[in-house]
This record gives sequence, structure tokens and C-alpha cells, in this order.
Amino acid sequence: MSELLASDLITPDAGETPLLSLPSISILKAAPLTRLSLRCREAAQKDAGAAFGAELPLSPLSNSTAAKRAALWMGPDEWTLLAPEDDLRTVFDGIEEKLSAQPHALVDISDRSEAVIVSGDKAVWLLNTGIFIDFSLELFPVGTVTRTLFHKAPVMIWRTGPDTFVVEAWVSFMEYVAGLLVQSAGELEAA
Amino acid sequence: MLLIYCPYCQVERAETEFACRGEAHIARPADPSQTTDEEWVEFLYMRDNTKGIAAERWRHIHGCGRFFNAVRDTVSDNFLKFYKAGEPKPDLEALAKEAGK
Repeated sequence: MSELLASDLITPDAGETPLLSLPSISILKAAPLTRLSLRCREAAQKDAGAAFGAELPLSPLSNSTAAKRAALWMGPDEWTLLAPEDDLRTVFDGIEEKLSAQPHALVDISDRSEAVIVSGDKAVWLLNTGIFIDFSLELFPVGTVTRTLFHKAPVMIWRTGPDTFVVEAWVSFMEYVAGLLVQSAGELEAA
Repeated sequence: MLLIYCPYCQVERAETEFACRGEAHIARPADPSQTTDEEWVEFLYMRDNTKGIAAERWRHIHGCGRFFNAVRDTVSDNFLKFYKAGEPKPDLEALAKEAGK
């Protein structure tokens, strides 16, 4: 998986059994991460990026990655910052220190959501069972990140490879999201 | 289903990601303590309920979360213009003419 974006960050949780493992698709629970929600104005963006270790992406739906860091565009003044689970304190304190003089909001949301990694030839087909987005590579290139709805649950979709997606949902919605994904993939098994 | 363009995300998305929040460009009185009850009622409740071309506030609630404005023909549901919050109200008559109404 080394060619994938942020493969040093988004890794399958070794302790979990795969939710689904078919020749054309697999759904794996991702290992826990540090997730931070950062909101700040333009003046603070450079400093925040420098303190975090990856620039804040400024174009819509884009991401920027560095070694063990990823910053995801959520809105014009809102980013989700990803780092390894153990780096929470250092990253959080580092950004707070650098931005102490500027108005901003940095919140630890690590435990708010869980992620699954959906990969395989049929990944796009499977996501489209519940999402109204054209996932062709021209319109949704690798690296694109967006919030959207999966059936009725809000999710975040991040394309980390041509056939690999990270699907993040709030912890209490994950059973619904993962359950529907597995159930929809049952159609592939039958064919 | 309507397809709606978000001027912040710069993509067209399905209506389910959005919430309509009613008429746009309703300014809150600058000094509420100086307004009469009638003026306050006018601000708070009275809406045009236009049949035809109208500017509305929309929110990309299941996307970037931002508010923006859109000009929509309330008869045909055809969107004529999307623009960011804070930008001036476009000339609705000109837009209607352009759309051939």
C-alpha cells in the first residue's frame, strides 16, 4: 500500500478482523488517529501549517500531506488535521503555542469518528450505493476529500488511491455506515 | 432531485447535502432597541413568498457547512445564479431576462 496517499497515517487496525474481504473489494477498520479540527482566519494559516508540519490546503476539497501528517480542507476556514495517535499532545500544544496571539479554534475530535478503508476494483461502485457523487478520476482525483451523506449518515470521504477510499463517520453512525456497505457488497458475492 | 452548486466547494452536489433557509438579503435592524414592534414583526416574520425569480439563503450543511445565496425560479426550480454570502444581491430582473422569462 506504499503508493497510497498518507499510507504512513491511515493503516488498517491490526487487531480487527476485516469487515469484508472479497476479491473485488475489502473493507477494513482503520487504526485510531489523532484528529484535530482547526478553524482560523487567513492570517493564521501559514503559522498553523508550519506548527503542524503540513501546509493547510487552500483550494476546495484538497489535502496536503507530509510525513505522518495530513491536513484536509473542510471549508474555507476549517481544516481537519490528522496525525498518529501518540502525537496528540505534541501537535496540539505546538499549534496552540504558535497561534496564541491569533484568533482560532483548535479542538481534539480524535474520538468523535472512526474510519474504514474501502478498497478494490468495486470501491467506487460500492460507495455509489449510498452517495450521489461522481467518483470518476477526472472529477474526483486522488487526494480529494469531502463531507457528504452516505444514505442518511454524514460521512467524510477521502480518496487516498485510485481504488482506495477512507470513509469516516461519527462513532455512533459507524455501525450503520459499515453495515450498509457490507450488506450492499453482498450483491457482489452473489454474482 | 435538484443539483446545487456550492460556491465555496466549487462543485455541484445533490440537494440532500443542502438545506434551504428562506429568503436572502433580509437585514437585521442595526439598532433593535430603536425599532417599533411593527418594524420588528416585518423583519422577523414577513417574507415575500415570491412566485418566480427569488434570492434564497442556502446552506451546504453536509459539505463545507457554509451559507451562500442562490437565485431560483420558484416555479420551475431552475437555479439562475449561486453566489457567496456577503456578496450584493444580483439584479433579479436582468437574470430573469437572461434566462428568457
